[in-house]
Amino acid sequence: MVTKIMSWFDERLPITATIERHLTKYPAPINMNIWYLAGFLLIVVLVIQLISGIWLLMSYEPTAEGAFASIQYIMRDVEYGWMIRYMHTTGASAFFALIYLHMFRGMMYGSYQKPRELLWVIGWFTYLLLCMLGFTGYVLPWGQMSFWAAQVIMSLFGSIPFFGEELLTWIRGDYLISGITLNRLFALHVVLLPLALIVVIFVHILALHEVGSNNPDGVDVKKFKDEDGVPLDTKPFFPYDIVHDLYAVGVFLIFFCFIMFFYPDGGGYVIEYVNYEAADNLKTPEHIVPSWYYTPYYAMLRAITFPLFGLSAKFLGFVVMAAGIAIFVALPWLDRSPVKSIRYKGVYSKFFLTLFVISFFVLGYLGSVASTPIRTILAQFFTCTYFAYFLLMPIYSKYEKCNPVPDRVTLS
Amino acid sequence: MVQPKAPSNPGRRKFLINATSVVGAGAVAGAVVPFIGSWNPSAKAEAAGAPARADLSKLLPGEMMIVEWRGVPVYVVKHTQESMSVLNKNLSRLSDPDSLEDQQPDYARNELRSRKKGISVLTAVCTHLSCAPKFYPELGTTDFDTDWQGGFFCPCHGSKFDLVGRVYAGVPAPTNLPIPPHYFETEDILIIGEDGGAA
Repeated sequence: MVTKIMSWFDERLPITATIERHLTKYPAPINMNIWYLAGFLLIVVLVIQLISGIWLLMSYEPTAEGAFASIQYIMRDVEYGWMIRYMHTTGASAFFALIYLHMFRGMMYGSYQKPRELLWVIGWFTYLLLCMLGFTGYVLPWGQMSFWAAQVIMSLFGSIPFFGEELLTWIRGDYLISGITLNRLFALHVVLLPLALIVVIFVHILALHEVGSNNPDGVDVKKFKDEDGVPLDTKPFFPYDIVHDLYAVGVFLIFFCFIMFFYPDGGGYVIEYVNYEAADNLKTPEHIVPSWYYTPYYAMLRAITFPLFGLSAKFLGFVVMAAGIAIFVALPWLDRSPVKSIRYKGVYSKFFLTLFVISFFVLGYLGSVASTPIRTILAQFFTCTYFAYFLLMPIYSKYEKCNPVPDRVTLS
Repeated sequence: MVQPKAPSNPGRRKFLINATSVVGAGAVAGAVVPFIGSWNPSAKAEAAGAPARADLSKLLPGEMMIVEWRGVPVYVVKHTQESMSVLNKNLSRLSDPDSLEDQQPDYARNELRSRKKGISVLTAVCTHLSCAPKFYPELGTTDFDTDWQGGFFCPCHGSKFDLVGRVYAGVPAPTNLPIPPHYFETEDILIIGEDGGAA
């Protein structure tokens, strides 16, 4: 009976085939480790953000006059409003923490290398969309930091030579950051960007399931197959892999709830204290600091203090900041190594990857504190080392001595 | 799967496909116009960006008043004789003492960066990251400078400007404070946002 119903559906919609292709027969390498959990957790966070976001939308008022008050209304009067809002703010930070881990995993194990270049590029688009979502969402509470963050970030477009000022007015829809700007950022944050994010993540997973998952050894598991054509070093994603992922979801939610219930401000990092004050366009906060997940790039922006080639320091800072985010997309073509995983790459790759991580964290710190002359020099230095990882890669990855790669995956 | 037969008149097919594509692309380009145009400032926003009027008759020398124009603060400073006399003492510390950068209307591109002698009209938006610089008219040693000749100090990232809005060298702000278009309707009535015909 059940088979009969199922085949009625399958003749009209590829249900069984889809389930088999993406779950019960999707071959996941057996040596996947803890780094491979971030991808699954990102999907969990996406769901958390979508649901909490829709619920926030039911009480939020997207106007310059009402936005700040409606956040207070959500926090004080709406039942469980505080929890749904903290869920959304904690979710935003979790989203970035996980995507940074996910990206680092890809960099460590060479997951961007052939044949996964496009998978990496699509993934980079999800990161870009996430950055836009983070920025537009941050403006919506219309607190002091919301307003001034919008002011600072949007003014960057004004630094573009020739047509910057016109572009800026067009983006703001006004001669200053106003309710008009708020409304359009609201529309982008709740409709266009999430819609695009869902589509791009869907394509990301389609591309992943086409080329198959990489693994910590970076070896091609499809080289050795059993008589049924199933790669030897894999297991079906469902149920073998998903139970690990679900266990990780449990552990993750413990951390998530801990922050959400006990430290929703995250020490001023998840929600900045200045944002508890309503937006005032005539009063600049003492220090304008972006959310922690943008601070490395904010440090790069501030590191450029000198004009060059007739371009202003501000515009150059903007270019360097954008390049810092954009350069990830070039990674598949910068890496000339015959080896994927850092386990078998040479000493230079290991050195530069470590240097990149250090640079990222130092810049992240420098971007979160007020600048002093010494800190500016430090930021300039670590901006260079950050880019050195990428720009020197064609050289060091080509000429370094790699270790022999095993034929099949290794299990520790 | 059954392959469709090759068309018997490929040239005509190709022309029709190209013609349809071109017309279709034109239609898309046309349809995009209202969506892009919709992001321009609305009539209401343009009206709100209308000129601001200020009465300077009660402003004493050495004092500053803040006029809001298009949502940004505009500082109007009436200078004292004393502050004007030390204005050019530190020229070497300024990055653009002659106002070469296009940060002011032509009628304010002069030694005092002003349309009317002794009165500075400055957009109080730091040219670094748009903070509001603070007014420090006193001379001498301050928290941030040992030889201060009066001017503006931005608390955000430490940019310094002199009393007529010229930026110091070696600070994050790249250019002098902008001067908005303005004119004097009468001796004491200042209009900010219009040139009064004489641009």
